[in-house]
Amino acid sequence: MRVPLSWLREYVDLPAGETGRDVAARLVRAGLEVETVEQLGADLKGPLVVGEVLSIEELSGFKKPIRHCFVNVGAANGTGEPQEIVCGATNFAVGDKVVVVLPGAVLPGPFPIAARQTYGHTSAGMICSARELGMGDDHNGIIVLEPHHEPGTDAIELLQLVDEVLDIAVTPDRGYCLSMRGVAREAAAAYGLPLADPALLDVPPANSYGYLVKVADPAGCDRFVARTVTGVDPSAQSPIWLQRRLQKSGIRPISLTVDITNYVMLEVGQPLHAYDRNRVDGPIQVRRAAAGETLTTLDGVKRKLSTEDLLICDNSGPIGLAGVMGGATTEILEPVVDPETGQVTGSTDVIIEAAHFEPVAIARSAKRHKLPSEASKRFERGVDPEAARAAAQRAVDLLVLIAGGTAEAGVTDIAAPHPLRTIAIDADLPDRVAGTGYGRETVTRRLQEIGCTVVGTDILEVTPPTWRPDLTDPYDLAEEVIRLEGYDNVPARMPTVPPGRGLTEAQRFHRRAGVALAGAGFVEVNNYPFVGEAALDALGLEPDDDRRRTVKLVNPLNDEEPGLRTTLLPGLLGAVRRNLGRGNTDLAVFETGTVFLPKAELKVAPRLPVDRRPSDAELAELDAALPDQPRRIAVALAGERLPSGWWGKGAQAGWADAVEAARTVARAANVELTVRQAQRAPWHPGRCAELLVGDRVVGHAGELHPRVTKALHLPERTAAMEIDVDLLFAGGGQRVSGPAVSSYPVATQDVALIVDAAVPAAEVEAALRDGAGALLEAIRLFDVFTGEQAGEGKKSLAYSLRFRAGDRTLTADEASAARANAVAVAGERTGAVLRGV
Amino acid sequence: MSAPNKSYDPVEVEALKPEVVEQARDEAVAAFAAAGSLDELKAAKVAHTGDRSPLSLANREIGALPPHAKAAAGKLIGQARGAVNQALAKRQAELEAERDARVLVEEAVDVTLPYDRAPRGARHPLTTLAERIEDTFVAMGYEVAEGPEVEAEWLNFDALNLDQDHPARSMQDTFFVQAPDGTPDSGVVLRTQTSPVQARTMLDREPPIYVVCPGRVYRTDELDATHTPVFRQVEGLAVDEGITFADLKGTIELLVSKLIGDGLQLRWRPSYFPFTEPSAEIDLQCFVCRGESVGNPDRPCRTCSSEGWIELGGCGVVNPRVLVACGVDPSRYSGFAFGLGLERILMNRHNVADMRDMVEGDVRFTLPFGMEI
Repeated sequence: MRVPLSWLREYVDLPAGETGRDVAARLVRAGLEVETVEQLGADLKGPLVVGEVLSIEELSGFKKPIRHCFVNVGAANGTGEPQEIVCGATNFAVGDKVVVVLPGAVLPGPFPIAARQTYGHTSAGMICSARELGMGDDHNGIIVLEPHHEPGTDAIELLQLVDEVLDIAVTPDRGYCLSMRGVAREAAAAYGLPLADPALLDVPPANSYGYLVKVADPAGCDRFVARTVTGVDPSAQSPIWLQRRLQKSGIRPISLTVDITNYVMLEVGQPLHAYDRNRVDGPIQVRRAAAGETLTTLDGVKRKLSTEDLLICDNSGPIGLAGVMGGATTEILEPVVDPETGQVTGSTDVIIEAAHFEPVAIARSAKRHKLPSEASKRFERGVDPEAARAAAQRAVDLLVLIAGGTAEAGVTDIAAPHPLRTIAIDADLPDRVAGTGYGRETVTRRLQEIGCTVVGTDILEVTPPTWRPDLTDPYDLAEEVIRLEGYDNVPARMPTVPPGRGLTEAQRFHRRAGVALAGAGFVEVNNYPFVGEAALDALGLEPDDDRRRTVKLVNPLNDEEPGLRTTLLPGLLGAVRRNLGRGNTDLAVFETGTVFLPKAELKVAPRLPVDRRPSDAELAELDAALPDQPRRIAVALAGERLPSGWWGKGAQAGWADAVEAARTVARAANVELTVRQAQRAPWHPGRCAELLVGDRVVGHAGELHPRVTKALHLPERTAAMEIDVDLLFAGGGQRVSGPAVSSYPVATQDVALIVDAAVPAAEVEAALRDGAGALLEAIRLFDVFTGEQAGEGKKSLAYSLRFRAGDRTLTADEASAARANAVAVAGERTGAVLRGV
Repeated sequence: MSAPNKSYDPVEVEALKPEVVEQARDEAVAAFAAAGSLDELKAAKVAHTGDRSPLSLANREIGALPPHAKAAAGKLIGQARGAVNQALAKRQAELEAERDARVLVEEAVDVTLPYDRAPRGARHPLTTLAERIEDTFVAMGYEVAEGPEVEAEWLNFDALNLDQDHPARSMQDTFFVQAPDGTPDSGVVLRTQTSPVQARTMLDREPPIYVVCPGRVYRTDELDATHTPVFRQVEGLAVDEGITFADLKGTIELLVSKLIGDGLQLRWRPSYFPFTEPSAEIDLQCFVCRGESVGNPDRPCRTCSSEGWIELGGCGVVNPRVLVACGVDPSRYSGFAFGLGLERILMNRHNVADMRDMVEGDVRFTLPFGMEI
């Protein structure tokens, strides 16, 4: 809602020096969201005056028509001589009154004006269009004023070019503030001043000879006021004040009748519709659409109607989509000038509709037809049903006053009974909600200020005004009192919070995992979870891979990415590529977040009641409709993991770093992770590790498949890991039992074993551990090699075994026996043979 | 060695004559002092303290002395040997210090050499900012609650007093999930706010409830410098007997002072959210211009667009209808709730000009934030 300050002052006698910004600050504190205060004409400087066109010489030989004019600007140019001006517009004639800006002036832009040579003549100023003056977007020629204006008159004042406009974002609960009347009421309350209510008009009572209206759906339309004005002069134009108020409010002037309906809507908040009576066929009916009906709205679009749409009809069928937009067949005709006679033809007899429609019906129609109009916006948020008569009267008055029409005596007013709502509120409820003491008198006074009727003492019986349909329960009323008293005046206090449990173990683990990875040199990134087929194809997933089954969005940001991720890798690898593209070549990144896995059986989530707590069974139905959303951590590495430098050679990132990242996360969870050779997209089939906790696979790590790195334009040997942290954590969390640290000497023995190249080192180590028994303190693989010395198809694994007892110094024989047993078990299980040392 | 001999005269034993002993002592001390290196000192040590050194030989003679003479001779030799050993140790220390000084100088390195051998990592500032806020509340006794990002419409909207036709429902541009039949009527959305976690918490347990809920939320905005379709909120909820708007104000003021610092004004602006009543928007005085850019075109402020205030988030007293839908008795309990946008706070607290930097994952953006902010 755009509110010109000059217009607002008509209803509230604001202090003279009060600026738009001052008023905005007050309104903001009362809860109106004033987004901007626009300074109209702030950089405008005269002279800008009325001129009379004395002569026009059409210049030829240019690409467009150019006129060389002399214009009488009175004494405004200091000489009284006609002003020589070259003009590119053609919509004016000799004798017309126009708006002239003279040299030395500055137009909005800022655009300084000076005399200049152009098209072979001197142009000492400019004849102005509406757009050049900052009045609107109209640039179809220059402004032609009514003939009665005197040359030399100051046009800045005449055209009301200097003003301040408050642009207010009206929240859905405050429909009444989509009007000057509503904003003025708030301003009056904020300043403690009286309000001149524009809806307080003398209105003749309804009678039986108004235009015939039948309301077949009183639930959808509980009020319908119709008034008729005849003999409207189709050549009459909207006066400047009316046009200017519309323009400042962001509405383009169209024709006098339409302008008046828009003006009244802005003023009192009641959307009006004007019909050309001579185009309406018989009585007006209000009903729902029948199946298959259509309506061409006045934007020229033919619309298929739904049986839920509320319609205004005549004998010919639908003539308007109620509360949303009128129909083309009965709209007010744009005035047409006969070029020969100068005669203006247009609509002369007008029916004004001021109706009240059910908000939900209008909201649905506007949404269904994608027609959010000024009218529907207001009806959706609630219009004052009692303002209909006054609004119609105001329109009639203006048509009579400005357009020379005659008001017909018939007054149609169909009203469904509107029971007054009364709300009982404990007088101290606002005190209890705010945590302060207002007292009953303040509560009563504030409620009266917003238009409520208040009776009672400890319990107040409050009748909200008809323009506040949002006030339905005691808390609504409490809010009004608190906001008007000012949030700044509510004290600040701390609640007494009972002791909490702190972070849960899982929450602490999530933090530790992030810290551990960052400590290991990984940088955290956050990616959008949107994926499409292309990303899943690039990962080389088989057609039946589970990860291709995604949760789909109805309205994705990008049609190519309608799904939600089932793996973190697409987003993470995208981040790797973005970084590489920006020259960040050595990368180790991680992401933690949820993936979305559709349940085996897809269900719809029911819409549960809100007037009670749903049962646990009902709530379970909601959760059953949601996908599983486990939490994952993924890492990706490319380039050098350890850089080369003066200290020596570095190392390229590879599969082992990815596996180690999983171990880093597992350590943060205090979980023993086992690693097994596996094959799974998008990993390299020979360089992929399956990560297990016990028997349960919790993730994978390794080097990416060369086809995947190629498809994603990643460096070869890019490595990645993805692990389900919920599963991982479920396997851990046991309290650590402190080890008994022996202070007896250690006995270290090395073994080198030859095994088949295919035997996993993890199995050999496990066998050695088992074989070495309780005396083994630690085991470490310190060398691996293949080649001639190991033998064809074999590899050599060299281990260092540390033996120690808790109660004595081990003898060399004891250590050797343990070692021999370790080798024997390894030989049994893996075919390992001791290499000749 | 000869047996003790009573008639033996120690004075007559040449090696035990005091002047001879003193001479041997003096020669030893002089030889140590003259040693120019540790090797020379070692040779002098052998010569003057070894088995064949004069003092050692003299010492041997003591055994043959008559008992009455032994003490005096022992004392004489002992003193001499003590002096010799002392001189040796002193010279040894001197020479070692000289050697150490020389060698350690030779071993000096350039300690300003860069050592970027271990790669540096960092956590995302939005993660650590959320943790900082969580910690502030956990210290007050709150608990951290979490909920799903793909959420039932009923929990995201209806339970929060936003029925199907509520005008506010179109204030939030929602991503809808396809139903099994491909239509939009799945009853499932990407949550537009963290508030459904409030509802879940109330449905889950009895008051008193004091929770904060951090998380990702979704709205169909295009990514630009100040908007992202996927962003983060931290929601707070307190439900207890006697909770008021005043409690909300105190809590938010405490959070702001912990998170951003003292000395900046807060502005409480009445607003509208269906799930709270009364509702407020919280604005923080711009910490860059402190409001001095307002109406002052010569001093524009980029941080607050010369408005003097920065929006922190929305809050209010929980609408009793929400309590009813979530199974909390509004005649006994009341509550407050607030929601803060983390991206906006990060921008303001850390001078981040462009929100895209938070979502693109460029490591150069994240690294300076380190492990905590």
